[in-house]
Amino acid sequence: MYKIILAIRYLIKRRITYFAVLAVALCVFIVVVVMTVLTGLVSDFRQKNHSFVGDCVVGTESLVGFVYYEDFMEILSRDLPSPAEAGYAKAGAFIDGISPVIKSYALITRKGADENYGVEIMGIDPVRHSQTTGFAQTLHYHKDDVSNVFEPARRPDSRRETRGQVKDPNYMSCVLGIDLALERDEQGRYTYGFSPAEADIAIAVTCFPLTAKGALAKAGTGLVNTQTFYYNDTSQSGLARVDNSIVYLPFEQVQLLCGMAGPAKRANAIYIKFKPNVKLNAGCEKVALLWQRFKQEKSDEKQANLLDAVTVQSWKSYRRAVIAPMEKEQTLMTAMFGLVGITTVFIVFVVFYMIISHKSKDIGILKSIGVANTNIVQLFLGFAFLVGLLGSAIGAVGGWRFLVHINQIENWLFEHFGFQLWDRAIYAIGDIPNQVEFKILMVIILSAIVACMAGALIPTWQAAKLKPVETLQVSQL
Amino acid sequence: MIDDYMSNDKPILKADGIYKSYRMGATKVKVLKGVDLAVKQGEFVAIVGTSGSGKSTLLHILGALDRPDKGAVSFEGRQLSRYSSGELNRFRNKMVGFVFQFYHLLDELNVLENVYLPAMASKSTIGWLSCRRWAKSRAKELLDQLGLGERAKHKPYQLSGGERQRVAIGRALMNEPRILLADEPTGNLDSATGNGILDVFEKLNGTGQTIVMVTHDERIAERAERIVTLADGKIEHKSTRV
Repeated sequence: MYKIILAIRYLIKRRITYFAVLAVALCVFIVVVVMTVLTGLVSDFRQKNHSFVGDCVVGTESLVGFVYYEDFMEILSRDLPSPAEAGYAKAGAFIDGISPVIKSYALITRKGADENYGVEIMGIDPVRHSQTTGFAQTLHYHKDDVSNVFEPARRPDSRRETRGQVKDPNYMSCVLGIDLALERDEQGRYTYGFSPAEADIAIAVTCFPLTAKGALAKAGTGLVNTQTFYYNDTSQSGLARVDNSIVYLPFEQVQLLCGMAGPAKRANAIYIKFKPNVKLNAGCEKVALLWQRFKQEKSDEKQANLLDAVTVQSWKSYRRAVIAPMEKEQTLMTAMFGLVGITTVFIVFVVFYMIISHKSKDIGILKSIGVANTNIVQLFLGFAFLVGLLGSAIGAVGGWRFLVHINQIENWLFEHFGFQLWDRAIYAIGDIPNQVEFKILMVIILSAIVACMAGALIPTWQAAKLKPVETLQVSQL
Repeated sequence: MIDDYMSNDKPILKADGIYKSYRMGATKVKVLKGVDLAVKQGEFVAIVGTSGSGKSTLLHILGALDRPDKGAVSFEGRQLSRYSSGELNRFRNKMVGFVFQFYHLLDELNVLENVYLPAMASKSTIGWLSCRRWAKSRAKELLDQLGLGERAKHKPYQLSGGERQRVAIGRALMNEPRILLADEPTGNLDSATGNGILDVFEKLNGTGQTIVMVTHDERIAERAERIVTLADGKIEHKSTRV
């Protein structure tokens, strides 16, 4: 009991202890804020990438694509296979959505303008793609009904003279990555203005069709395919590279543009969404097994060599190249703040060394009344625990309160001093993430307490080893 | 066997051929050079000597705060060198009570807490919770006996030197030790206050408390019933008050 009483009294009565508490509080505050923001950014980025591709991707990086994708989709979507196809049993039992995708590159030119831009095009079936990925939620005007997003655009009701008329029935519509269509203000907000239906913006998409062997399909003739689409909506995935470079087009149209239509139709990828109860790795393994079996069966078919380049990957693996740098950044920051933790240990070590030097007389007194060395260690480690607990509690509460208001603080700084943590005109970041994760908070608090106890360990051990006569001599006073 | 000690037949504390030396830089200073001493139950012994004669060192060795280089200290017939570290801690906690020249009170505790500290130190948290009423009541009783009943809630720095020394005596007596070891208990006090402390010792001795007191002042030593003079690291002279 005396250990608890003395540890608390040392904490309250010794002013130097306040510096140790303050050092711990500052370290915990900084780590809580930085880790929360960074973890929030990484977690948000991973979630957006997951939403962009679904759970699993069967695909190839080749622009040529692969054949028989429809046959494999049929297998994936089959709920009740016939006994002859028992190897594909219950594929549909773990799959929630399948979407074929064509990815290629193109030049886009706004009708009436001279400039063209190089972009990526993505051919999708909007309904299937929305069942598999978060595509519908990225749209501005067609969130609730994605089925007609690529339909030929109609005049809006506001134009009485042309109300409900199809603009040009020969043109389908397209969706532009939001940064291709709109600009952001300094606070990261997009200004929509006229709706695409009112704007009558037609965009010519030009691309180079390829044969199954990768050669130019129209060599010696026109070389390129061009088709015009109306701009009908924007897609804001929250991924900067996607939003400033991708144009979404109807799947069949892109197939024609890229030379992938014909008797052996081709696609670049099949995006797959698993049922909620299916674990990612287990689902991907099942799809991989199905793909292996499918590939073997098709090995003697025409253009089966294109299947060799196809891989089955989870979304994490498929988007690894994009996610990994951010995760590395997070690891780097964690390591840097590990160094901050070491600094805390050193500060606590110095403070405890000073405190224990001042308290050597107390140690002598305690030993003279029969207190054991282990109890001296427990007393000062308890003291260090209290310093860590109080410091980390102050730091954690301070960090939490700061995070609650971090966006308001940033807005105020921007309004008064023009300071922004991230330039919203450049980075696809909305609010600064400020959701404190309980698990991370606990890890930080426990680490701070352990750091304090580690810092106090050596001075405490030295204190325990002191001989009472050495500390109680007149010359020591 | 304990009855023998109680009946004064055998010494309760005995030092045989104690040697102790310290290193001071390159030189080795021999402080004690074969000290023999026996203290019987209920005795009030004063060890007198000039500064640096080794009297405090001897007291520390008798109270197991230090170890001799050679020789043995026995308490109730058992050598302290054979005690385990746990037994030595219990010996310091229960069997002896120390009173130091500079009081050595804990500044973070009040007077009452300082007095019952030895009782608290000997118990676990649960053990303390079950006996704290008794301990507090015993500490208050001691403070009343020492004339400090009104000062229980004061901090040591709020007391005079004499009052602090009386608190230190209260702490030393808390666990009803068999021997009270006092190292220059009046060395830091004026003569009137010092006499007050000696009155307390005499009164305690009158109730059967064994006391070994170290002092450099022969007039103070005369208040003891037996005086042992330490010179050049050896017991030189012994005298008993008639």
